[in-house]
Amino acid sequence: MGTFIQLVIDGLSAGSIYAALALAIVLVNQATGLINFAQGGMAVLAAYFAYTFLQWGVPLILAILLSVLVSFVLGAVIERFLMRRFERGDPDTAVVVTIGLLTLITGLCGWIWSFNNLQFPSLFPVQTVNILGAVVSIRSIGTTLVIVGIMLLLQLLFLGTKLGLALRAVAVNPQSASFSGLPVGRLLMVGWGLAAGLGAVAGALIAPSLTLTPGMMDSALVYALAAVILGGLSSPIGVVIAAWMIGVLENLAAVYVPFIGYDLKIAVPFILIFIVLIVRPQGLFGRKEVVRV
Amino acid sequence: MTLLELTEVTAFYGPVQVLEGVSLSVPEGGAVGILGANGAGKTTTLRAISGTVRAGGKIVFDGTDIRGMRPDKVAALGIAHVPEGRGTLAGLTVRENLKVGAYLRKDRKGIDADIEYCLDLFPNLRERIKSHGSALSGGEQQMLAVARAVMAKPRLMLLDEASLGLAPSTAKNVYQAIGRLRKESGIAMLVVEQNANLAFTLVDTATVLETGRNALTGTSAELKGMDEIRRAYLGG
Repeated sequence: MGTFIQLVIDGLSAGSIYAALALAIVLVNQATGLINFAQGGMAVLAAYFAYTFLQWGVPLILAILLSVLVSFVLGAVIERFLMRRFERGDPDTAVVVTIGLLTLITGLCGWIWSFNNLQFPSLFPVQTVNILGAVVSIRSIGTTLVIVGIMLLLQLLFLGTKLGLALRAVAVNPQSASFSGLPVGRLLMVGWGLAAGLGAVAGALIAPSLTLTPGMMDSALVYALAAVILGGLSSPIGVVIAAWMIGVLENLAAVYVPFIGYDLKIAVPFILIFIVLIVRPQGLFGRKEVVRV
Repeated sequence: MTLLELTEVTAFYGPVQVLEGVSLSVPEGGAVGILGANGAGKTTTLRAISGTVRAGGKIVFDGTDIRGMRPDKVAALGIAHVPEGRGTLAGLTVRENLKVGAYLRKDRKGIDADIEYCLDLFPNLRERIKSHGSALSGGEQQMLAVARAVMAKPRLMLLDEASLGLAPSTAKNVYQAIGRLRKESGIAMLVVEQNANLAFTLVDTATVLETGRNALTGTSAELKGMDEIRRAYLGG
């Protein structure tokens, strides 16, 4: 029983990291209609910013907040000067641009900060506590709580505020939204900025356990995309639950399903995706798009 | 008093000139129709006004030259464009669509009262208040598009083919509601319509466009009486 609880809690903690990135992807998608493959890369860049601030002697919490702020601005700038050129065209082109951006950012990070693993301190103490026979690090609990907080904030933003409503309106139909006086360009910048800021939080949460490298987020991005598909693109709560499910199930499968084991556990989210796409293409919590003509 | 004045307006899609020089004026509280065959430039004229196509000439709204202004700035001046193809925000509920319409307003009480007014004007929408835009029927989507424009409290509404793709009885209902809206609100209207008979139920004067130019302008009564005009431009 102790092992089981241990696996579940570790899974929740890993799932929270995927969830942070997945929430950033959902945020950009809700605000622009795009999937941003560079979201992971931008999160890594943010972690490097925080790392640099630390080198300058800035306290950890302040360094992370600063990196969130810098990321917000950078996200807005990327939207304004790069993505803006592709937004009116074919959405596929814009998605390919984000893949290019991911490659560019990864290369830049390696060039500036080297490809070596850098140590990044954790926001939370390293101590562990004992819950029902399982040893749980305070870091895991802290990470999970931060993600829950962000998820609730996002849900509130989208469903309870004028800004969230405006972001969604612009994503659905920018031109039609502009006829109601919505400043489309500025809202798209805000959407990208918020997502980049959220990604920066994800970067700061994941860097202590994985150590900081340019490719740190690559596999997390795969899991995050899986969570986005599983949970449904339109539902912040859905993607977080999906990310936890993935984290927990892959841990359990690695131990309890012999032929999967640790080597094959990355296949677990994909098996889940296959099943969900067949049974419920809009995702577990997503809304079905009905198009009437 | 003239609210909107277009003088020799031209417009281009890339290198293709679509408007060769369109002139018209809409008085305060008046309703003016733009009629004509497919491709005559009716929709493009509205787009030139709302700033969604590159235009030349002069477009003056209430003393301000708005040619080349961004669509959201044009909207902020008090022009609400109800685009062709209904322009509902598909992923948002009916209530959310209406709230988006009131984006530039701060008077919460007035907004609530106007939502109530729209639901009264289009009772179908009241039953669908929690439905997503994409789940509405064609007629309901058109009603929602008009209602969203009403929520902005505009001084001028640009209506593009509100009858497009609707069953005749539904189209008639929509026009009746718009007629009531006009009478009660005093919003000036510039109405593009293929179905001239429907348009004449709403507008006082109209201009007929032919290949991007005014071919003829007159009052509804004058235009209705001209048999050759009916045959040539108005499809019946």
